[in-house]
Amino acid sequence: MSLKTIQAATGFKDYLPKEYQDLIDDGPFLQKRKVSELGSFKEALEEHPMCSGCAMTLFIRLCYVGFPSLEHTVLVGTAGCGRLAISQGAVPFVYGNYGDTNAVATGLKRGLEIRFKDQPKDVVVMAGDGGLADIGFHAVMHSWFRKEKFTTVMLDNEVYGNTGGQDSGMTQKGMVMKMAPTGKKFEKMDMLGLAKTAGVAYTARIAPTNPTRVANTIRKAVLIAREVGPTFIQAYTSCNIEYAIPTPKVMDDARAVEKDRYSFEEYFSDEAKAYWDESEKERKRLRKAKK
Amino acid sequence: MADGVNVEKGAEAAVRGDDPRAHVISEKPAPPKGEAKTGAAAQRVVDPDYLLLDAPRTKEFITGSEAAKEAIRRANVDIAIAYPITPQSETMQQVGYLYAEGYIKDYYRGEEEIGVMSAVAGASRAGVRTLTATAGPGLMRGIESIVSWPGGRLPSLLLVMCRVVNAPLAIQPDNVEISYLLNAGGIVLHGENQQDFYDYPLVGFMVGEKPEVTLPVAVAVDGFFVTHARGWVSMPAEDIKLPPRNCYHEAVPMMDNENPPIRIARDAPIQKSNFISYQMHASWQQEVWAAQERAKKWLDRWLGGLLEIVNPGAKTMIVASGAAVSQGREAVRQGTEQGLDVGLVKVKSLRPFPVDELKAALAHAEKIVVPEFNYVGWLAKEVKFVVDRAERVIDGPRVFGGMTMPTELILETITAFK
Repeated sequence: MSLKTIQAATGFKDYLPKEYQDLIDDGPFLQKRKVSELGSFKEALEEHPMCSGCAMTLFIRLCYVGFPSLEHTVLVGTAGCGRLAISQGAVPFVYGNYGDTNAVATGLKRGLEIRFKDQPKDVVVMAGDGGLADIGFHAVMHSWFRKEKFTTVMLDNEVYGNTGGQDSGMTQKGMVMKMAPTGKKFEKMDMLGLAKTAGVAYTARIAPTNPTRVANTIRKAVLIAREVGPTFIQAYTSCNIEYAIPTPKVMDDARAVEKDRYSFEEYFSDEAKAYWDESEKERKRLRKAKK
Repeated sequence: MADGVNVEKGAEAAVRGDDPRAHVISEKPAPPKGEAKTGAAAQRVVDPDYLLLDAPRTKEFITGSEAAKEAIRRANVDIAIAYPITPQSETMQQVGYLYAEGYIKDYYRGEEEIGVMSAVAGASRAGVRTLTATAGPGLMRGIESIVSWPGGRLPSLLLVMCRVVNAPLAIQPDNVEISYLLNAGGIVLHGENQQDFYDYPLVGFMVGEKPEVTLPVAVAVDGFFVTHARGWVSMPAEDIKLPPRNCYHEAVPMMDNENPPIRIARDAPIQKSNFISYQMHASWQQEVWAAQERAKKWLDRWLGGLLEIVNPGAKTMIVASGAAVSQGREAVRQGTEQGLDVGLVKVKSLRPFPVDELKAALAHAEKIVVPEFNYVGWLAKEVKFVVDRAERVIDGPRVFGGMTMPTELILETITAFK
């Protein structure tokens, strides 16, 4: 979408809802916003029906700040908590069928490439651990093997939160959940390892403890997907309801889990590394030239 | 179909004007000097009426799969997504050759049918003309996605080469799978022969992409009988093609982020129980089925009617769709020779179902015989639901699991029931 498209025609602006006016005048479209500015501008995602203290919602808000071009981004999701927030964002969101995200994103990305030859359109899958590692697993893996050029973001709360607390493949071994009444019998799935095996260009494991890092990681993943190949972010986004984390302690939990088993970890393929180093150099050069 | 229609529509073409090139919408740009325009590069975009109805045709003796390939060659398809399943594989391989020759912009083999049908949904949301095909168990596997296309208002073309889906698993022809498509909300055409498998896909793209329709279209044929057997197919020259999909002239916005930002997803998750979700669900469903009704005038125009009637007014009317029509035609010929008063109604479009047309065509009939290539008799049920005095409907004969349908079986059914 051209940034011109979102601006009201002369004389028409006063008739647009206040919310829309704010999105244009004081939102993330016409000015690139930073994480440090959160709370001082109109965000792409504000009102949502997520639970109080939900870490997933914080993570999603940070993603909207990190997307390199919000006006050319299309999100794809599936059933789960995340879509309740994502569907309220000011970015088109495809809500398909159960576990179909990476197949839908494949068709969408290829279709957009046919229609928009000179304008990159960023397709980003954002779905839960159940949606991606269980029901959507085959589509995720095949999109990676086919080297489809879009980003997959796993909102990993280690549980089927939206259906009320059943174990997923990403749940820790031994956890007693609603469909693991005597404790989950097998290890948390190694999706990051599988991603590397499948030839994903860039992967990151992250917890939302450092907001700027979240936004930067998203930006990096989307840009590498645009130019090189599939990228994958696995984000710890705890479910404070099903894991009974007191609301004020959600970030304490995130820090503890990060320290214990969810430390920030990045992987670049050689091609992705070469591309990223080169583009960083170019950005530095441009910044210098501006000064 | 083609012969009967061409005569009538040829007259219309004459009325439209004398300019012999009036149908041409755009030419391909000239190739670099010294290079000849051939294949895909030589195709010009023409008016759909011209390609579907008026263009001069020549006949070729080809298989159903080859007929579908020739349709796709002229369909200006952007992306085709394939997955192998008998007897469909050959068609999608042929489509792959078209991609290699430059007639299609993108083509790949998907991981399996859920993946393929979901990718079709993604590509259609991106605004490109999308094709896939499947058969029997593949249709069943992909059906979760397929039934969501109409509500999402996702035009695309699905070719269905029917085969057994129920146990014992077999690859033989049997069209019970069509019954699962009938309640999905999309347009469903059922082709009789190789000619239909050339004509219907092209009509399907054009009808499904009409602004007032905006629906996916399935074109089904009976596997093997049509896909692997040869028949005469009359087709226009291969240097013409349909206009491209015009996605901004459809019922819903594209998912391309070319619209001003709003906080309302086009694909709304409305799983909560409240009056807004009930209302929304109702309005989406009403719109889908109303769009089917609005498709009728276009199907009527380009298929030469939703029905074809042989011997209108005969005391016994055979009603059939798909390959059963061919057997019905032969039964009419043989029955007439034997002194029976028998006619035939070919149902071309199953969704929208030609309710009024069928009622009118069968109002006089004393006996209505519905031969089918499946065990459950889904067409007979449809017919019984539509006609007055349903006791006139003899739901059979039926063959299934790969059996052929001897015309004697139809004639015996006609004479056995008084």
